[in-house]
Amino acid sequence: MTVPTSPASTVELAPPVQYVLRLGDDALVLAQRLGEWSAKAPELEEDVALTNIALDLLGQARALLSHAGRLEDAGRDEDALAFLRDERDWVNVQLVEQPGGDFADTIARQLFFSAYQYELYGRLVDSVDETLAAVAAKAVKEVTYHRDHAAQWVVRLGDGTEVSHARMQAGLERMWPYVGELFVSDELERGLAGQRIAVDSAKLRAPWRQFVDDVVAEATLSITEGLWTAPGGGRRGIHTESFGYLLAEMQHLHRSYPGARW
Amino acid sequence: MVAVSTELTVDEVRELAAAVVDPEIPVLTIEDLGVLRSVDRDPDGRIVVTITPTYSGCPAMDVITADIRGTLAEHGAGEVEVRTVLAPAWTTDWMSEQGKRKLVEYGIAPPGERHGAGGPVLLELAPRCPRCGSGRTRLVSRFGSTACKSIYSCQDCLEPFDHFKAI
Repeated sequence: MTVPTSPASTVELAPPVQYVLRLGDDALVLAQRLGEWSAKAPELEEDVALTNIALDLLGQARALLSHAGRLEDAGRDEDALAFLRDERDWVNVQLVEQPGGDFADTIARQLFFSAYQYELYGRLVDSVDETLAAVAAKAVKEVTYHRDHAAQWVVRLGDGTEVSHARMQAGLERMWPYVGELFVSDELERGLAGQRIAVDSAKLRAPWRQFVDDVVAEATLSITEGLWTAPGGGRRGIHTESFGYLLAEMQHLHRSYPGARW
Repeated sequence: MVAVSTELTVDEVRELAAAVVDPEIPVLTIEDLGVLRSVDRDPDGRIVVTITPTYSGCPAMDVITADIRGTLAEHGAGEVEVRTVLAPAWTTDWMSEQGKRKLVEYGIAPPGERHGAGGPVLLELAPRCPRCGSGRTRLVSRFGSTACKSIYSCQDCLEPFDHFKAI
């Protein structure tokens, strides 16, 4: 019996591969989380909306993971990267893996993340990596709708009944500790930003905050300053408790039936 | 190298590929939609059909690819490659006027004018009801039965209808 050589751990890969994986992992993990609402959303239109958003993110993830596989040039395709990596080899931010059990939690996560993706993709269209620029040009149009969808819900729930207001406020507070990680640019990202491949995410914070503050104010809600901040580490493969369960569900079929196709 | 023989010219292949329909909106061909980008012959003599997705996750792309291959094989085209490109990003501006007319006849409000990349999507004018023509329509949901559509309802004839989103 030959023991297959395991692929290099993600954090040892070349910087451009890691960077593309970060963006792809964010999109895929959030697509999986949103897919959990299929047939369970509060109303039919919302069921359709959340799964449509998931589908957009899945499409972005497929393009990004395929691109990462080509850059790595070690024979891994989108499926190998999606289904055959363990927890420590995923480099998504922790925000996207947070469970969205209460609808308000899901909407808060959508507001924070789609507003971030909007700023990110809006700038990544100028990347010298032509594939990244093409994915971004396509995705920014989709994310504009996602951001708008989330903003409308935050206002409707925040400026709604006493109960919806309280739950939306709780949703914002539940997700807020994971926001900081979106805007931490490490050496790898700054290096690639210097080569005009990547976007320095620290620069996205101000315009992002402006948008979020406007929505939150219109919704008669507030951002509570001084909440705890999650220590982060998603970009280095460090994840929160629920992430392993998400991967188990997402990867089960492919691992049980290697090479399974629809 | 022996030249790849094919009975069909690039123009004939283009005509066949252009007639392939969108599996989700079967009144529209991929040419009406602007999904068919080009048909060329590469240096090895192989025909390359290039298509672009409407949305990143559009599940119709696999079916469209298979349908192009199928129809070309049926007509005896030689080796054909169907290539998917993302850039430049698809826009509803590429939908033909004929395509827009067919959409209305099918009961789907066609996309309106676009307000520039990253612009205020919210400002898109409410579409006319494809059934009664009324301009008094209300947005029900920004996301409809497929990624490219939103749901409206008409306040005059009271019918719900799909609207093809401008992007």
